[in-house]
Amino acid sequence: MYGLGMVRGMGVTFKNLVLPSRQFAVQYPNRKISLFELAKENDTDVVSFAINNPVQAIKALAGFVEVPVRLPQHSRFRGEEFTWYEQRCTGCASCAKFCPLGIIKIVTDTSGKYEQDGGKYDIEVFDIDIGRCMFCGLCVQACPYDALHMGSGFEEGVYRRDDLVIDVERLKAAPKKPSTWYRPQIESQNFDPQSDDMREYLDVGRHERPSQDQQVDRWAKR
Amino acid sequence: MSFDQLYDLLDRFVPESIDWMVFTVTALILSLAVINAMVLCTALYTWFERRMLGRFQSRIGPNRWGPFGLLQPIADVIKLLVKEDVIPVVADRAVFTLAPVVLLVPALMVFIVIPFGEQSFLGKLNVGVLFILGVTGVNTLAIIMGGWASRNKYALFGAMRGAAMLISYEVPMALSLIGVIILAGSISLVDIVSSQGIFYILVQPLAFLVFMAAASAEMSRAPFDMIESESELGAGYHTEYSGIKYAIFQLAEFMAPLVTAAVATVVFLGGTKGIDPIPGQVWFLLKAFSVVFVLLWVRATWPRLRVDQIMGFAWKGLFPLSVINFFVVAVELFVLQEPDGTITNQSMMIMTGINWVVMVVSIVLIATVLGQGKLQHKLPPQPSSLANMAASEGD
Repeated sequence: MYGLGMVRGMGVTFKNLVLPSRQFAVQYPNRKISLFELAKENDTDVVSFAINNPVQAIKALAGFVEVPVRLPQHSRFRGEEFTWYEQRCTGCASCAKFCPLGIIKIVTDTSGKYEQDGGKYDIEVFDIDIGRCMFCGLCVQACPYDALHMGSGFEEGVYRRDDLVIDVERLKAAPKKPSTWYRPQIESQNFDPQSDDMREYLDVGRHERPSQDQQVDRWAKR
Repeated sequence: MSFDQLYDLLDRFVPESIDWMVFTVTALILSLAVINAMVLCTALYTWFERRMLGRFQSRIGPNRWGPFGLLQPIADVIKLLVKEDVIPVVADRAVFTLAPVVLLVPALMVFIVIPFGEQSFLGKLNVGVLFILGVTGVNTLAIIMGGWASRNKYALFGAMRGAAMLISYEVPMALSLIGVIILAGSISLVDIVSSQGIFYILVQPLAFLVFMAAASAEMSRAPFDMIESESELGAGYHTEYSGIKYAIFQLAEFMAPLVTAAVATVVFLGGTKGIDPIPGQVWFLLKAFSVVFVLLWVRATWPRLRVDQIMGFAWKGLFPLSVINFFVVAVELFVLQEPDGTITNQSMMIMTGINWVVMVVSIVLIATVLGQGKLQHKLPPQPSSLANMAASEGD
């Protein structure tokens, strides 16, 4: 009969209303948790949790307790906040040359004020304008000494465009959590940039970490 | 609490000479109470509608402000009040300003006569149905005013579509109410409620369906929201509105489902009648809530009709159905009524049985007749000539 499809459509929307399986929206950045989950997070059972802190329990029952949500993310995610190791960087500016947008500015100084491992270059300016960056990762591919890595964050909103320029001080101060994109040596260590642990400059190289003697042979005796 | 009761209460404390003042104060108190209650209900209803619409469409809806997003209406109102109130230079300022008020006032006026308890706020108005039909007819004028005064072609398109549609849909709505009126023998809403031994939704299901369809067209909700079809006309008749005027338009628009639900509850669902220990007001709210839920369900599901389909549905679908209902009820009444003009519950049950059969038969009939053209003109799928190219190349 003409018009039966309309009735069937009503059934579809009613299923959306009733069935929990149709609700697939993920709450971000916070998620409401139930009393059971809250007790489980505090390693107690529901009853003892409710007796010990009744205010929290009532809040949880009414749906007011929220926990932050971190969506699963691959370690090869190319995000903002580049990870840069000043000890590895020679100031060769390969990254600046290979950047298709020309947004990396690098200025070196040969005074040797801050002597790094095996080099006398001092990086004075290292500006990356991530407001114009397209995260292609060519700078990371081009780096011959594995000094520059992609970051893994994406919640980097700011109020001014100027704040999007990452300068050398920020790069030095940033937590060393490199993305494993184009860095199989870090991925083979099962490194997760989302976790709390970091990687030092000796751990992120393409080759195995050299012994002290090897390092002396390689650099100091030249 | 009706007007008369409040008037008597206040009259005791005041000397006879300033009786007119008591009258005015009573009217002010009552109107203040009704307006505030209605605006608060509407604010709550906007939250409910958006949350439920979200659930119906596998979304979540507003949930950021307050518990479960309950404070969202307050945030919306503050945002709209703070915004700049723009009036176009070429607009007709007086009409442009008046239009939102003209749309809002009828919705509030309808609530004055709805019997929430034994009586309505205004006391026993003996022409309730006529009053409702007359007052709600004004919103056509408001929409024309808004569209015309804006000097905007899309606003005028929306207003013209609205005028045509609203006038058309008033016919089946009034005709479906006539069936109820002749059965109740009165056009007073209080009498209609007290005459419902069996709820009229059971006695006259066809009238209820026609009334709901026509009423949802009257308040221009989906699937009949041709007036403000946002994908075609911007926002229809309130394209040029902003700030507090837009807020009033939205208020009137969201108040319309509540008005419709209240009227449908009184006329078809027995108003405050219910099982005894629970008070009548609770029953009224429950019934009105279920009507609102159905309206929301329909809105969430069905897509918008085209202009010609809407007019065709009014004149070719709803109009015959309401006429059929009216005639069937009239004939049944002629045969079944007692010598003194009343009708017993047994007769009503017989009418219920007949009317359900009539409803199913007439809807199937009209759906088949109306759908015939659509079914015949559907061409069988033709394979594209381009689709054969790959096969012929292979040979």
